[in-house]
Amino acid sequence: MTTPVNSYEAGKPVTTDLAGQTLLCLRTLTEENPASLESYIKLGGYSSLKRIVTEKSKATDIITAVKSSGLRGRGGAGFPTGLKWSFMPRYFDGVKYLVCNSDEGEPGTFKDRDILRYNPHQLIEGMAIAAYTLGARVGYNYIHGEIWQDYDIFEAALHEAKAAGYLGENLFGTNFSFDLYAVHGYGAYICGEETALIESIEGKKGQPRFKPPFPASYGVFGKPTNVNNTESYASIPWIMQHGAEAFAANGVPNSGGTKLFSVSGHVEKPGNYEVKMGMPFKELLELSGGIWKGRKLKAVIPGGPSTAVMPASAIMGATMDYDGLSKAGSSLGAGSMIVMDDSTCMVKTLQRLSYFFYEESCGQCTPCREGTGWVYRVITRIVNGQGKMEDLDLLTSVSNNISGRTICALGEAAATPVLSFIKHFRPEFEYYIQHGKSMVESKTQDTNMEHQ
Amino acid sequence: MLYIEIDGKALEVEHGSTIIDAADKVGIAIPRFCYHKKLSVAANCRMCLVQVEKFNKPLPACATPVADGMKIFTRSKAAIEAQQSVMEFLLINHPLDCPICDQGGECDLQDIAVAYGTSGSRYTEEKRVVFNKNIGPLVSTDMTRCIQCTRCVRFLKEVGGMMELGMVGRGEHAEITAYVDKSVNSELSGNIIDLCPVGALTSKPYRYSARSWELTRRPSIAPHDGLGSHIEVHVKDNKVMRVLPREKESINECWLSDRDRFSYEGLNSPDRLKVPMIKHNGAWVETDWKTALEFAAGQIKDITNEHGSEALGVLVSPNSTMEEGYLAKQLAHGLNCGNVDYRLRQTDFRLDGKRVGTPWMGCNINEIEELDRILIIGSNLRNEHPLLAQRFRKAVANGAELSIVSPLDNDPLMDIAHKVIVRPNDMVNVLGQVLKAMSGLQRLSLCLPPSLNKLLEEIKVRPNTQAMAESLAGHGKQVDLVAPKVGIFLGNMALSDPRFTEMYSMAEAIGGISGAKGGILPAAANSTGMHLMGVMPNSTGMHARAMLEVPRKAYLLVNIEPELDCQHAALAKSAMEKAECVVALTAFKSQALENADVLLPIAPFTETSGTFMSMEGRVQSFTAVAKPLGECRPGWKVLRVLANTLGLQGFDYDTSEQVKDAIFGSEKPSAVVWRSLNNNLRELVEIQVNIKKAGLQRIGEVPQYESDSIVRRSPPLQKTKYNIKPMARMCAQQLAELGLIDGDNVLVKQDKGSAVLAAKLDNHVAMGCVRVAAAHEDTIGLGDLMGDITIEKLSAQDFQVYNTIIMEARA
Amino acid sequence: MLSPEAIAKIDYEITKYPTEQRQAAVMSALRIVQTERGWLSKESISDVAQYLRMPDIAAMEVASFYNMYDLAPVGKYKISICTNISCMLRDSDVIVNHLKTKLGVGFNEVTADGKFCLKEGECMGACGGAPLLIVNNHTMHEFLTPAKVDMLLEELK
Ligand SMILES: Cc1cc2nc3c(=O)[nH]c(=O)nc-3n(C[C@H](O)[C@H](O)[C@H](O)COP(=O)(O)O)c2cc1C
Ligand code: SF4
Ligand code: FES
Repeated sequence: MTTPVNSYEAGKPVTTDLAGQTLLCLRTLTEENPASLESYIKLGGYSSLKRIVTEKSKATDIITAVKSSGLRGRGGAGFPTGLKWSFMPRYFDGVKYLVCNSDEGEPGTFKDRDILRYNPHQLIEGMAIAAYTLGARVGYNYIHGEIWQDYDIFEAALHEAKAAGYLGENLFGTNFSFDLYAVHGYGAYICGEETALIESIEGKKGQPRFKPPFPASYGVFGKPTNVNNTESYASIPWIMQHGAEAFAANGVPNSGGTKLFSVSGHVEKPGNYEVKMGMPFKELLELSGGIWKGRKLKAVIPGGPSTAVMPASAIMGATMDYDGLSKAGSSLGAGSMIVMDDSTCMVKTLQRLSYFFYEESCGQCTPCREGTGWVYRVITRIVNGQGKMEDLDLLTSVSNNISGRTICALGEAAATPVLSFIKHFRPEFEYYIQHGKSMVESKTQDTNMEHQ
Repeated sequence: MLYIEIDGKALEVEHGSTIIDAADKVGIAIPRFCYHKKLSVAANCRMCLVQVEKFNKPLPACATPVADGMKIFTRSKAAIEAQQSVMEFLLINHPLDCPICDQGGECDLQDIAVAYGTSGSRYTEEKRVVFNKNIGPLVSTDMTRCIQCTRCVRFLKEVGGMMELGMVGRGEHAEITAYVDKSVNSELSGNIIDLCPVGALTSKPYRYSARSWELTRRPSIAPHDGLGSHIEVHVKDNKVMRVLPREKESINECWLSDRDRFSYEGLNSPDRLKVPMIKHNGAWVETDWKTALEFAAGQIKDITNEHGSEALGVLVSPNSTMEEGYLAKQLAHGLNCGNVDYRLRQTDFRLDGKRVGTPWMGCNINEIEELDRILIIGSNLRNEHPLLAQRFRKAVANGAELSIVSPLDNDPLMDIAHKVIVRPNDMVNVLGQVLKAMSGLQRLSLCLPPSLNKLLEEIKVRPNTQAMAESLAGHGKQVDLVAPKVGIFLGNMALSDPRFTEMYSMAEAIGGISGAKGGILPAAANSTGMHLMGVMPNSTGMHARAMLEVPRKAYLLVNIEPELDCQHAALAKSAMEKAECVVALTAFKSQALENADVLLPIAPFTETSGTFMSMEGRVQSFTAVAKPLGECRPGWKVLRVLANTLGLQGFDYDTSEQVKDAIFGSEKPSAVVWRSLNNNLRELVEIQVNIKKAGLQRIGEVPQYESDSIVRRSPPLQKTKYNIKPMARMCAQQLAELGLIDGDNVLVKQDKGSAVLAAKLDNHVAMGCVRVAAAHEDTIGLGDLMGDITIEKLSAQDFQVYNTIIMEARA
Repeated sequence: MLSPEAIAKIDYEITKYPTEQRQAAVMSALRIVQTERGWLSKESISDVAQYLRMPDIAAMEVASFYNMYDLAPVGKYKISICTNISCMLRDSDVIVNHLKTKLGVGFNEVTADGKFCLKEGECMGACGGAPLLIVNNHTMHEFLTPAKVDMLLEELK
């Protein structure tokens, strides 16, 4: 199973080479039919849920375990999951909600999709354990609209789990009940932001809410709600089954466990790699087959475009964990590594990214709505050969004016690529402005910038 | 209490306040666009960013709650940088077309840009253009100027009760719009003009007619519904150019209904009567005041001398001022005539003489918000009192349960907990059921008079009325209350019903048991005031209805168009036809005054001083904002001179204030009012609960933009969707029973009169009823607003015939 | 009027939410109606709004906010191709050009026979399979090459 092919055509899941990976969240991949309930149960699936519920484990003990596992939110911000869980109000008269964020849509991010299609039951079990711990009666998994086939797989798994007695009323004959539903986005990156996602679940536009109040006190339908990323929830059953220490030991201090890295762009074998936190970048690059067509590494965006781009020199010595990447000048984000080789024109790449943020801004708050379009237009002018040297300072200033002044973090996300691209590749931008064309002889990237 | 510091100023603020609240309180200006104290917080414009100690990012003052010890800087370098950057962003796509913008001179964007922006723009790319929308006859749009603050969207949803505008699209392409090609139909829509901080939403009637700095602004009181809203009238060259709300938290807050805002266009109508006129050989001739008054006085004198003083009938509009009403009454009394009344749209006068005091709404307007349980009887609230409806909406949003008993199932745009929609006649029984159910719930029922108790015996309580009673008693869908604040109100349909007495008595009894506040919601600006002054028949006099049923030889009409303003249009018309002399004080020429003999031009509220008393008993005086048009004179002056000319004593008033002093006997008006307002009955009137009635009943609503002579002449209001021709509206079942389908032509008959109308499917109408709007020329042949009615289907041929007859009659 | 099939599907979605929160099902309802009717006309949007007892404009806000709803006809097959960074780095341009030439249309245009409409998409959360496209919102095709695109077009004919 070394050559990636379109999984749906093959009729059977195929992913990256499993050698060198440490499969926790994707542990069923070793099985013939990974998404099935049998495969999952064979690996001990749902045993932790059953134990916790029937033994009536104490919520505080579970939270303590999650804290000591070193699990940090896999959605991008890296917030310690155990700590987040401790914010949920314990006593609340009414329904509390649990939300799973499977809306990944930040360019380069595609890890949650593999959990949904290859190991949906682990996610379901993780959410059920979380629901038990946090006293949530109802859960929603909000799935990115474009990966529709995976939505179907997940919904089928829900029905399967319900039929098998892992979801629904009075589980295992106790008074613990939990209903979990699949719901979907339909083409809006911003719904990955947790409060926009909540609005979307409520049947509204995905416009982020001002915080405070945070979802823990005012979430879905105004009720206390816990939001975590798919991978965060999917890590829980493993932690419960094998222990918090075992999980932490798979990583490094401050970054516990394994992490799914979505490697895309100029590598031989793009795909997801679940590896131990702290793996040197070089090793991860090797796992993914090295640079495409034997070319040279130019730059890497290590955690999705909302994290700063790193020139080859900076990333080559870095380790893949929260502290490692932040020391090297960027951040882990959602572990979405976009690899660029030396045929990449950074100006046009930035143009495409700034178009993305311009297109995906929800339009609610002024700096983001107006600023992202401004940035995109200036870069486009440069790409069209009408740039001026002052434009680089203008871009920096406008980006700084967006960043930190918006309702949600999309403002920062939109500013980061601009600031980091110009910082690390300024000569390339200057060359483009002076010569009206790119410094890089790129055969691609030229034709499709006629965005609507 | 929390202790904070803003710009070095130490202050104490309440828990839960935001930075902007705190700053506003001490007068520190923080710029803003999206924030509005009456709307939910959106925090989307980011103009209010301020620096807060210990935070590395600027925070929006409008959404950030203060915390103890917080140090806030609104003008620090970081704050100013943030504010300037937001301002820059706001302007990059703005057309900067201030010279041709109606908002110029009163634009928040303009002002804040000057105060908080920088000069010059760094933006050289293309600007966004947004297509304009047509959202109706009242509000004009220039959407390229929109800064997406969403105040308008939030207003319509939260205050108006119906989401009619939204922000569609996203990002830079996001646009504020109504649904595809719909218009905004809220009866409060004009408020979005005031709310829009830029020139994106402006007044369509006012458009391009003046620049804001050319206008003189004068305070006044809204003259239509009984709320007494505070308004500011903007005048240029003695012409009213527009009307805006004046903030009065306890009455209209900062809002205004569209009727109060746009009716002024009626003041400038070509119908305005500018000189006195006398009918001479069937033709109108202009004349001077002296001649006109002498003619009028002469006629009245001759007729009363010959036929006795009861031969005169005096009908006064409840939209007239207290001064006008008082003098009309004094004039009648001076002539020894007791026939005077303001209750033009009432049929049931059985409570006359049985009341302890002046009926009123029974509580203060702002108290409505605090009610827990509400019962509204026979009112189409949004039509009758648009702004008051908004207060009820707030109460319901705060958790109040609303119950409705009505023949119309119109959506009040708020959640209804319980409703019973039945024929007006059956409303009495329904109220009886509620009363009976309540008396079963509460020991207080012992207080019910035995006569009532006996009546209730024959009544059978049904589950829906039981539920309503339980709600009023405090049981709740969400929460049970031990001592709920209850409000019970009777609206226009109840007030004009022939069984008003029964409804009122029941409501009073229910109120007594539940400890409710409440009362009537009279229709007009001065209904309560007229009652207080007793502009009503004395013990020997005739009430408004009787004066028409038994026609008088002479009529003195103050500010009315008889067949449009009276309960029984056909009777009003024929009475005027039969009269020997009709003297009309009026601001307008009118088809409805064709049967008059002399027209005396009086000033509308903008051109006279006077006083209105609102339904909560507030006595509010105002002065003229413009000089009377042409030869027009204030109504009180005309009545005074007419009285003088009639040779009556005691009419030596030089100012309207002197008239007001006379009304209140030089006491403080509030003292008089306080003493007088009282909804209790001195004694119970003989009533019957179960009267079976066969046949159809008319629900003759007065559409809100037909309510008085000014409104009827306001072109923009007439262009709204509320101005539809009267039709015979019935529910599907009723149509089927009559063998009709939507669109059929029908002959509608009441008493001897008739009208040819189209049948219309309207499932908001109770079975057994036909909703036929009044106050419209198409229905002036009909009778009582709320009365028996018959309907026949017209063949195409008959329709032709009738149509020709009507056309000829009109020509 | 919604079809009985659509109503049945929407009713299923409604069961996912508290009874007083029918509006929450709007995302699904719009998707269901669009799948049935090909695109969302203003009548379709109001049908959905009425069924869910929400204001028309609120349903329009939703329909116009999310990219995958089509407020104009898109032909029998809507092909949305991602051109975002990971796809771009894997030569999505080549695929786009190939499609444009083969179909003879640009982005947002419908072929003369009403069969195909080409749309530029944003990141679809499947960048590992770049370059990729989605047919009619729900069927993804990954690891595209011009030859594979030809085969796909042939199948869709
Ligand atoms: C613009 C934006 C996009 C985001 N997209 C995602 C996403 O696709 N998936 C995700 O899990 N979190 C995303 N987040 C982060 C979420 O808001 C939230 O922090 C996360 O779901 C919490 O889960 P975690 O603590 O398990 O990481 C996004 C945040 C922002 C500001
Ligand atoms: S920052 Fe952008 S995406 Fe976030 S709320 Fe503001 S406008 Fe919307
Ligand atoms: S006034 Fe605070 S963000 Fe608009």
